[in-house]
Amino acid sequence: MEIVVCIKQVPETTEVKINPQTNTLIREGVKSIINPFDMYALEEAIRLKEKYSGKTIVITMGPPQAESALREALAMGIDEGILITDRTFAGSDTWATSYTLSKAILKIGNFDLVLCGKQASDGDTAQVGPGISAHLDIPQVTYVKKIREINNKNCIVERMTEEGYEVILTPLPCVLTVVKEINEPRLPSLRGLMRAKQTQIIRWSARELKLDEEKIGLKGSPTQVVKIFSPPQRKGGVVFKGETSEVVDKLISLLKDQLP
Amino acid sequence: MDYFLTDQQKLLQQLCRQIAEEKIVKVAKDLDEKEEFPYEIMKILAQSDLFGIYIPQQYGGLLELSEGKTIGGVLDLCIATEELSRACGGIAVCYAASALGTFPIILYGNEEQKNKFLPDLAKGKKMAAFAITEPEAGSDASSIKTTAVKDGNFYILNGVKHFITNGGEAEVYVVIAMTDKTKGARGASAFILEKGMPGFSFGKKEEKLGIRASVTRELIFDNCKVPKENLLGKEGLGFIITMKTFDVSRPGVAAQAVGIAQGALDLALRYAKERQQFGKSISSFQGIQWMLADMATQIEAARALVYSVAKIIDSGNTDVSKESAMAKLFASDTAMKVTTEAVQIFGGYGYMRDYPIEKYMRDAKITQIYEGTNQIQRNIIALQLIKEMAK
Repeated sequence: MEIVVCIKQVPETTEVKINPQTNTLIREGVKSIINPFDMYALEEAIRLKEKYSGKTIVITMGPPQAESALREALAMGIDEGILITDRTFAGSDTWATSYTLSKAILKIGNFDLVLCGKQASDGDTAQVGPGISAHLDIPQVTYVKKIREINNKNCIVERMTEEGYEVILTPLPCVLTVVKEINEPRLPSLRGLMRAKQTQIIRWSARELKLDEEKIGLKGSPTQVVKIFSPPQRKGGVVFKGETSEVVDKLISLLKDQLP
Repeated sequence: MDYFLTDQQKLLQQLCRQIAEEKIVKVAKDLDEKEEFPYEIMKILAQSDLFGIYIPQQYGGLLELSEGKTIGGVLDLCIATEELSRACGGIAVCYAASALGTFPIILYGNEEQKNKFLPDLAKGKKMAAFAITEPEAGSDASSIKTTAVKDGNFYILNGVKHFITNGGEAEVYVVIAMTDKTKGARGASAFILEKGMPGFSFGKKEEKLGIRASVTRELIFDNCKVPKENLLGKEGLGFIITMKTFDVSRPGVAAQAVGIAQGALDLALRYAKERQQFGKSISSFQGIQWMLADMATQIEAARALVYSVAKIIDSGNTDVSKESAMAKLFASDTAMKVTTEAVQIFGGYGYMRDYPIEKYMRDAKITQIYEGTNQIQRNIIALQLIKEMAK
C-alpha cells in the first residue's frame, strides 16, 4: 500500500494573536509544530503500513523551515519526506494549495491513499483535503474516524457526523481526511529520530512540478485576504433585577425604543 | 553544563524529556496514590526504543559496541533514567530495574543465553529483574538462604527473595542462590529464571513510602526446576556477578537520584517565583536564593560525577567499584538534601499532598537505601582506598 500524507506546519497555539497596527499574525516567539490533526493522519499511515506493508510518504508545502515538520514525521516512522517550496507559492489560498499538492502527488506516481488531517489549526478551513481530491478527480471521505477495511481496490470507513457516523465504501485511490477519534499518535522512537536526522528531504519547486503559473500563489488564488483583525470583545448584556412584572415592562419599553 | 553528549545522546535526552512532560507528568500523582504499575508508560518507552539503548545491536538493541567490549550504553541509560525521574522516580525505576536484571546477562551470559533473552528485553517486549535480597540477607548478602541443588539437567531452587523491584511484572529474573553452602560467598551462583517456571511464584506486594508506581514483590521458589542451561557463568560466580552488575548499574540509581533532585529544584524554582509573601515573590529573598543556589550546585556536581563514571564504564573499564559507589552515594545524599529543601521552599503547601513536591522527597529516600545502602557504599569506597594504598 502506497500512502501519501499531506501535512502543514502551524504555530503552536490555538490563540493566534494579531498585531492591531499591521493586521498580521504575531509569529515571534511561537514555536512551529505539525498541525495537530495531521498527526492523526501520520499515525494512521504508519499503522496501515505496519499492517499491510508498503510505503509512506509525507509531503508539505511551505517555506524551507517546514523541513523540520517533515523530519518529525520521519521520526515517527514515515519513510520519505518531500518539501514543496517556492517563492511563487506565497499567498496561496486553499485552492492554489490543493492544486500544488495534487500535482506533487501526481509526480510521486503510484499511490493508493492520500491522508490529511480534517483541517489546520491556524486556517481552520478544512478545504485542502477535499481540494486535492477535486484536483485529482478521485473520491474523498472527510471526517474519517475509523478505517474498517482496506484492500487493493476499496476501503470501508466510518465518517463522523454530528448525530453518529456513516459507513462508506469507496474505491481506491481516494482522499481521506481524519478526525482525532481515529487513533492516538505515537511519540517518535530513538531509531526514528536518528534516521530522520540522516535522511535526505526531497525538495520540489514550481518548475519541477511543471505548474501552471496562473494557478499558483496569489495569482492562482480566488480567495484574497482583505483584512485580518481581532473582532472587538463583546460587552456583557443588561440584567434587569426585581419583580417580574416591573422587569418585563422595563424590557418591553427598552425593546420598543430600539426598534427602527 | 555541556557534557559533550553525542548526537544520539542529545536526541535521547530530548525524547525522554518529551515522554516525561507529555506522558508521565499527568499520570504520576495518580499511579503514586493507587500504587499502580505504569503499563502504558512502559509500552511507550518500549516503542521509543528506550529498552534497547544499553543492549548491543547484535542482540536487537541500539548499542554499537566496538570489538572486545561487552558493555556500554551506561551513560545513555543514565540520561534516560535521569530525564524520566525528573517527572516520576517511581516510573523511572520500573524502567531502570529492567536494566539491572539485564546487565548480568550482558556481562556473563553465553551466546545462547544472550540470543535467547536479550532481543525481547531490547524491544521491551519483556522486562527483567534482579533478585538477591532476602528477609535475612540485606546488606549481608553472604547470608542468603535460597538454595539451588543440581539434579540431572536441572537445578532445584528453594527459598524466598523479597523487596524485588519489578517482581511479578518482569518476565526474566536473575536470581542468586547457594549451590554450595559450605563455601560461603563462593558457594553462590546466578540463574536466569522465567516467569511461569514450575515452582516459581510471587508473594506479597509491598506498600511503600515512595516510588509507589513501581512494584516490589516477594519471589517464592518451591522446588522450582531450572534447566541447567540457565546457570549464568559458572557455579560459585554468584557474588562476583552481583558485584560486577552493581558496579555498572549503580550509576543508574545515581542518575535516578539526580533526576529526582532536578525535578524538585524545577518545581521549587517555579514556586519561589510565583509565591508572594510580604508583598513580593519569595524568590527575591536572599534566604531562598541561597537555598536554590546550593541545590543547583549540588545537583550539577552529582550529575558531573555520575556522567563521568558512566563514561568510564562505556570506555570499557569496568573496574569501577569505588567510583560507582561514590556516584551512588553522593547523588542519593544530594537527592535527599535537595528534595527536603524543596519541600521547605514550598512551606506548608509543600507538606500537602495536593502539591507534587512531597512525592519527590518520598521518592528520593529509597536511593540512599537500595542497590546497597549508602553505608555499604562507604564500605566499598574505604576498602578500595585502603587496597589502593597497599599497592
